[in-house]
Amino acid sequence: MSTSTKTLEALATRDYKWGFVSDIEADTLPPGLNEDVIRLISAKKAEPEFMLEWRLRAYRHWSKLARQAGEPKWANVTYPPIDYQKIVYYSAPKRQGEGPASLDQVDPKLLETFEKLGIPLSEQKRLAGVAVDAVFDSVSVATTFKEKLAELGVVFCSFSEAVQNHPDLVQKYLGSVVPYTDNFYAALNSAVFSDGSFCYIPRGVRCPMELSTYFRINAAGSGQFERTLIVAEEGSYVSYLEGCTAPMRDENQLHAAVVELVAQEGAQIKYSTVQNWYAGDAEGRGGIFNFVTKRGKCAGRGARISWTQVETGSAITWKYPSVILQADDSIGEFYSVALTANRQQADTGTKMLHIGKNTRSTIISKGISAGRGNNTYRGLVRILPRATNARNYTQCDSLLLGDRCGAHTFPYIEVANASSLAEHEASTSKISDEQLFYCKQRGLSGDNAVSMIINGFCKEVFKNLPMEFAVEATKLLGVSLEGSIG
Amino acid sequence: MLSIRDLSVGVEGKTILRHLNLQVRAGEVHAVMGPNGSGKSTLAQALAGHPAYTVTGGEVTYLGQDLLAMSPEDRARAGLFLAFQYPIEIPGVSNAAFLKAAINELRAARGLDELDAMDVLELLHEKLELVEMDRSFLNRPVNEGFSGGEKKRNEILQMAVLAPTLAILDETDSGLDIDALKIVAGGVNRLRRPDNAIILVTHYQRILQYVEPDHVHVLVDGHIVKSAGKELALELERKGYDWIRDEVATV
Repeated sequence: MSTSTKTLEALATRDYKWGFVSDIEADTLPPGLNEDVIRLISAKKAEPEFMLEWRLRAYRHWSKLARQAGEPKWANVTYPPIDYQKIVYYSAPKRQGEGPASLDQVDPKLLETFEKLGIPLSEQKRLAGVAVDAVFDSVSVATTFKEKLAELGVVFCSFSEAVQNHPDLVQKYLGSVVPYTDNFYAALNSAVFSDGSFCYIPRGVRCPMELSTYFRINAAGSGQFERTLIVAEEGSYVSYLEGCTAPMRDENQLHAAVVELVAQEGAQIKYSTVQNWYAGDAEGRGGIFNFVTKRGKCAGRGARISWTQVETGSAITWKYPSVILQADDSIGEFYSVALTANRQQADTGTKMLHIGKNTRSTIISKGISAGRGNNTYRGLVRILPRATNARNYTQCDSLLLGDRCGAHTFPYIEVANASSLAEHEASTSKISDEQLFYCKQRGLSGDNAVSMIINGFCKEVFKNLPMEFAVEATKLLGVSLEGSIG
Repeated sequence: MLSIRDLSVGVEGKTILRHLNLQVRAGEVHAVMGPNGSGKSTLAQALAGHPAYTVTGGEVTYLGQDLLAMSPEDRARAGLFLAFQYPIEIPGVSNAAFLKAAINELRAARGLDELDAMDVLELLHEKLELVEMDRSFLNRPVNEGFSGGEKKRNEILQMAVLAPTLAILDETDSGLDIDALKIVAGGVNRLRRPDNAIILVTHYQRILQYVEPDHVHVLVDGHIVKSAGKELALELERKGYDWIRDEVATV
């Protein structure tokens, strides 16, 4: 083994600077899950009857799954069994007063926490051009620029508020893309989800700023179960960003979210994620189990949904942001960078379901494995008989750092008509000693050389991220791989 | 500037350079010539610090420092530049981004402020003209999909931009058509100043028609067997390397 391979291997000391814990008084339910817990969550949120009914149906379905098959076992990941009765399903920071959250009612410690994370929420310091919904453990604590967006008819608020203020929209679209019967974690989420973000873009409106949700897990022993629902009406456009971090703890914490997107005729939704949950330490202790269901539906002709994800955190990532290309001429895109270092495991990819005619999909997946990380791309391209002239292009590249990590690719391609075309390209490469030497000969340090080469590898994905996020993602990869080479 | 004493270098356990001596002073251009397999590239790579080349003996002093004790990046930051015989591809990284990073690493090493993107572009545009490449060259990924000639010109562009104190060109002239050769030679001549030095490692005399060396050395079987002025290159071109071998053998 050459020196540089050896040093690449020494990917032990990953600095996770978001790993702090905030000391915040919380309203927390005892661990465990039963119908009473669900009724309690629903009651705490003063939900209308239809919500409780839906949650209970989901819970009963989940209980059945839990008794029968249990969690999905097909993913290329291993972890000890999860005891769902030991998880806290609701933990919310205590309100300073009654009534709807306004910033001066938010615990200053919470504002401090988000400021420390680089997400200032107060009027004066807000990020320009980005509206943020800040979710702390089970609830949304603040949403910025809400009023400004409302002038255009754009609804951007916490899910809880949407249930109160826009019950008709919630009832119409909740579960319309990811039904609670979809899978084990989607069922669990549907039963217990406590908050999340809701966006509604009216017909013809081009949302003038990035909408963003920042998810923070803080409480110990709790899971985070949030739901995001975005509805883009005819001819509208929205770009949505999602970021996440959690404290460093020795036990694993479950994050099981559901995201549903609906794009009507000619609408476009761009959904970007920079996922940086705590990944566990070098020995694989602790870290978030990120078991997430994300799906979008192109419900109207010519609709377009793009998923861009940069997955650098979590002990285990299990997610497949997908697009149902229901309407003719609709477009689905999936751009992904997944990094696994230390003992991290990722089984991630997408599903492109071509139902309408002339539908097109593009999949660009970049997997980076280092240390003893295990990285799996799993993707399904299904072109149904009616989807004539459908097109798919898939490109799956893996980059290996060191020789103890793994990269796997499981592409499933099903084409049911003769006029359609699916292309699949795949490659596996290593950072070569020659590349490192070339960069060093031009004066770059080993770390800078590695991060430059990796950024080059990820370029096709990063260019799809909004500018601020691209910078953050680039930095994040740099941090994640710091010390990966001597 | 550079003093190589008794240098021996091996690769994968095989000795390539044996007890090599070479002195390079500021302002000089040295041509190191020799047949295939004589150790020319090994010399270039070892001076730049390639990890695959193991120094088994001797010492090298560069600007008063122990060169062999320095990491490859520190050698680069001290102004040593190697134009690679086979330039390496870095997919997805644009020439401009790569050069910006290199420029600023070198500046930081000299205690200078970072150049911002605009300043870097201005510098790059100016230097691009030297290698007769258009600006689109900057947006292309480093060496990826480049023709052989483009790769060599890219090395010269990097050299022009990074303005090294000691430039080592490892067969940069090989495989070039006459126009590209002139461009490469032009780049070398422009670098030529009283305060820096150039080592041209080459198999052929051809480039020496455009870059006039102060000294010509002939490397055979891992050591320098003959050193003389520029006329030696012409003699080699006429008589071939066997002549040198025979002469060395007789001596």
